[in-house]
Amino acid sequence: MRDSSAAVALSVEQRRVTLLNRSARIKRTVGRTLIYAALVVMSAIYFLPLWWMVITSVKTLQETFSFPPTWFPRTFSWEGYINAWNYMPWPRHFMNTMTIVVGVLFGVVLSSSLCAYGFSRLRFPGRDVVFIIVLATMMLPSQVTIIPTYIFFKQLGWLNSFKPLIIPAWFGGGAFNIFLMRQFFTSIPAELVDAARIDGSSHLGIWWRIMLPLSKPALTAITVFTIQGTWNDFFGPLLYLTSRDKMTLALALNVFQTIAGSAAANQAYQQIGLYTALMAASTVVTVPMIILFVAAQKYFVQGIQMTGLKG
Amino acid sequence: MAVAQASKRRRITKMERDEWITGWLFISPVVLGLLIWTLFPTIASFILSFTDYRVLRPPVWTGINNYVYMFTKDKDFYQALKVTYSFVAMQLPIGLCVALAGALLLNTGVKGMTVFRSFFYLPSVVPAVAMALVWAWILNMNYGLVNQFLAALGFPRVNFFGNPKTALPTMAAMTWFNVGPTMVIYLAGLLNIPPSLYEAAEIDGAGSLQRFLHITIPQLSPTIFYTIVQGLIASFQIFTTAYVLTGGGPMKATYFYNLMIYQQAFSNLKMGYASALAWFLLLMILVMTLAVFRSSSAWVYYETEIKR
Repeated sequence: MRDSSAAVALSVEQRRVTLLNRSARIKRTVGRTLIYAALVVMSAIYFLPLWWMVITSVKTLQETFSFPPTWFPRTFSWEGYINAWNYMPWPRHFMNTMTIVVGVLFGVVLSSSLCAYGFSRLRFPGRDVVFIIVLATMMLPSQVTIIPTYIFFKQLGWLNSFKPLIIPAWFGGGAFNIFLMRQFFTSIPAELVDAARIDGSSHLGIWWRIMLPLSKPALTAITVFTIQGTWNDFFGPLLYLTSRDKMTLALALNVFQTIAGSAAANQAYQQIGLYTALMAASTVVTVPMIILFVAAQKYFVQGIQMTGLKG
Repeated sequence: MAVAQASKRRRITKMERDEWITGWLFISPVVLGLLIWTLFPTIASFILSFTDYRVLRPPVWTGINNYVYMFTKDKDFYQALKVTYSFVAMQLPIGLCVALAGALLLNTGVKGMTVFRSFFYLPSVVPAVAMALVWAWILNMNYGLVNQFLAALGFPRVNFFGNPKTALPTMAAMTWFNVGPTMVIYLAGLLNIPPSLYEAAEIDGAGSLQRFLHITIPQLSPTIFYTIVQGLIASFQIFTTAYVLTGGGPMKATYFYNLMIYQQAFSNLKMGYASALAWFLLLMILVMTLAVFRSSSAWVYYETEIKR
């Protein structure tokens, strides 16, 4: 199987194929078919929750209760979206989320690449010790630091504001991102930096004019991870944002669920069409992340591989 | 002495000293961040864990009382431990096997690999709250997709999140859908295995099972090791799913350790006790990580071993 994909001379490959006896060829075809079948079944299973979410969101309420369940809506209906829209100020929650995402994103990109430059391109005593400590903090469960940090923010008067969610991102932007940027900077030839030094550029200038423009793949990777992580974050906003008008989309979605009735109270569902509305809201909150993933899939994969393989 | 010191000092040029200062300036964000958001809170939480601190009044030193209470009187503590460890045991091994199976399938050189990979990855990019709600709907007792089919086939309906017996296994099964990143890590590991190893084995007449056991698994073991450590840490910190779906119920069947810390700290406002719980969590994670590290020399295979 492997040598067929390798750049083996075609004639050799063809001769081999003709030499293979029939049973081997059948075995190979069967193997291929089984692999495809397994991939298709697994994809279908993994896609099912998302499909069911979107499909439920455009059904009429009656149809969600119908039996047998329909895989495709018989009648399209926007009533789920209209109900969801009427119950919560979604544009407000969207703006809150975007404010935090943008604030965090700038902090992460600027501070993690600055630190990564220091860790990869400059030599100074204590550098490697600090870097190892930074990596070690990835193992520290956040529960250990969360209580004093919460008290600290409370004393600063920052509760129910976006500051506790944004400001920490400006201090290094997370060990994972520093590590990823450092890996990438290390792969950029040292001669470029040396040449710029000889021309009289400062390190800050090299970081901004040479390293950052050359690091677009890595920057894109940390950008998509940061957007996804911040958009999806639930615990941070739950802890620090208490009033309704400050809530992010993820929090609002949970509040919407509790407003509409607890998971056990099916009566309430029937009155307001909760399932269609809940799935409509979930779809709206999810779709941007799916678009982001599909558009930047390459960087998702590269970013994970860059950090995962060195572990 | 003075001469020696002077000569030592002279060896450090002005350029070098400038680079030291610049270096520390460049990494100053993370150094400050470590001090403000890691070192200081970690020490503070350690001290708080020996106090009774209920927010409104200043902390009162109570020695090891929190820890004594935790181990001797708090039944919830043992329940949370039981729930969390059962969850790890149910979720992690199967989750890693699913990820590995997916990666092996994707690594067969089939056409459309990236499309299949997208499908496997998609559930991992969905916000945890949205995913929880979707599962709540699919597994709904009366109108959920799964129960509709169970009923049609003549099986009794299952109250997945309402029954203490099924709630936790259901949550474990839900997390098997979030293995996209792990799968991508395995896939990268598989692509790194030199094809020459397989070719040599094939010439020696090794079957596909033998090749898997004697080439793929050893070559992949550093990656597997990494994902086990990561997975352990992550499953000890599960929160959102339980918070959104069950709030720890029914009958504390999904009362995760992390949920307990949150409730003690921010609902009951027992911040001293919650700090003690958090420190015990840190200790457990350290011990388990060390255990995995220790055992790793027995089963993790590193390339450098040949070179020696």
